[in-house]
Amino acid sequence: MLSMNSEERTAPWPAAIKDGAIGAWPICLGYLAIGLAFGVIAQKAGLSPLEIGLMSLLVYAGSSQFIAVSMLSAGAGFVPIVITTFTVNLRHMLMSSSLVTYMRNLGTGPLSLFAYGVTDESFALNSAKFRSGNWDWRRALVLNHTTNLTWIASTVAGGFGGEFIPAGAFGIDYALSAMFICLLIFQLRGKVYVIVAVIAGLLAVGLSLLIPGNSYIVIASVLAAALGVIFKRSPRLSRTEERT
Amino acid sequence: MIHADYLYILIGMGIVTYVPRWLPLVFLSRLRLPEWFEQWLDLIPAAILSSLILPILITTGEPRQLDLLRPELIVAVPTFLFAIKTRSLAGTVVVGMFLFWLAGKFL
Repeated sequence: MLSMNSEERTAPWPAAIKDGAIGAWPICLGYLAIGLAFGVIAQKAGLSPLEIGLMSLLVYAGSSQFIAVSMLSAGAGFVPIVITTFTVNLRHMLMSSSLVTYMRNLGTGPLSLFAYGVTDESFALNSAKFRSGNWDWRRALVLNHTTNLTWIASTVAGGFGGEFIPAGAFGIDYALSAMFICLLIFQLRGKVYVIVAVIAGLLAVGLSLLIPGNSYIVIASVLAAALGVIFKRSPRLSRTEERT
Repeated sequence: MIHADYLYILIGMGIVTYVPRWLPLVFLSRLRLPEWFEQWLDLIPAAILSSLILPILITTGEPRQLDLLRPELIVAVPTFLFAIKTRSLAGTVVVGMFLFWLAGKFL
């Protein structure tokens, strides 16, 4: 149930829809490019636009969809595809956990609707927006579903065989990287955050060279954040650190 | 037509993707979390963003290898500086795209 308190701070739906949809644009730009590319590849692998759209609707996780299509064309069955999807997408658990701070006092309904749209991109953008204030669960929910609709529409359009955007046009392939770069800068709000980001980045690169798949994201993030907590809680190490 | 086999695979994929996204939101949001855990969660976004972006910028191929001359990395340097200087998300995305487009023309 919503407490009165969080209801007061929450934007009315019309404002939330406007802010959430507009706020989603960097992700939509990126999803447009990747979604079209995915649709084209899936169509070449023998999937119809309907089958592609259904995958985007039911799964909604870009990299695991690319992997699933390549596994399908290699003739893989239910168990290996589902297990691979699970491991590839497990990182979202960490992201949902981190968003909990901003999602208190909400009922299971809104949380369940929101959970569906937690991706690398929506997590990164919503975290920054929650942190900067003037953001609430409704805006975040609209942002998630705007990006989801963009993803479904782009993958289906690509599935009709349309490479509507010529490869490399407008540098659109770099939209999400540029967004991540800027959102990372937003997260560096003090010495401990910089230390954690540097350790996480170096660990991730090292692990990504050693182990296949993307488990390096979770391992590096969990370890680096743990070291950050040790640093923060050790009076000797963090004497110069301002309280946050 | 959608084959039943394909549909089962999609449903399986959907469940194993949705549940990890859903569980922490529904269960952790009801708990009183210890202070160290809140601190840990607070550091997670910085850690995840860094571990997402850095390997994309400086590794390539399958199996991955270090490659410090990728246009992705070269473009990232001015994009980083622009983000630090302006703290503008819209500006950074547009500048990053423009520089990457330029890099595609000249590198």
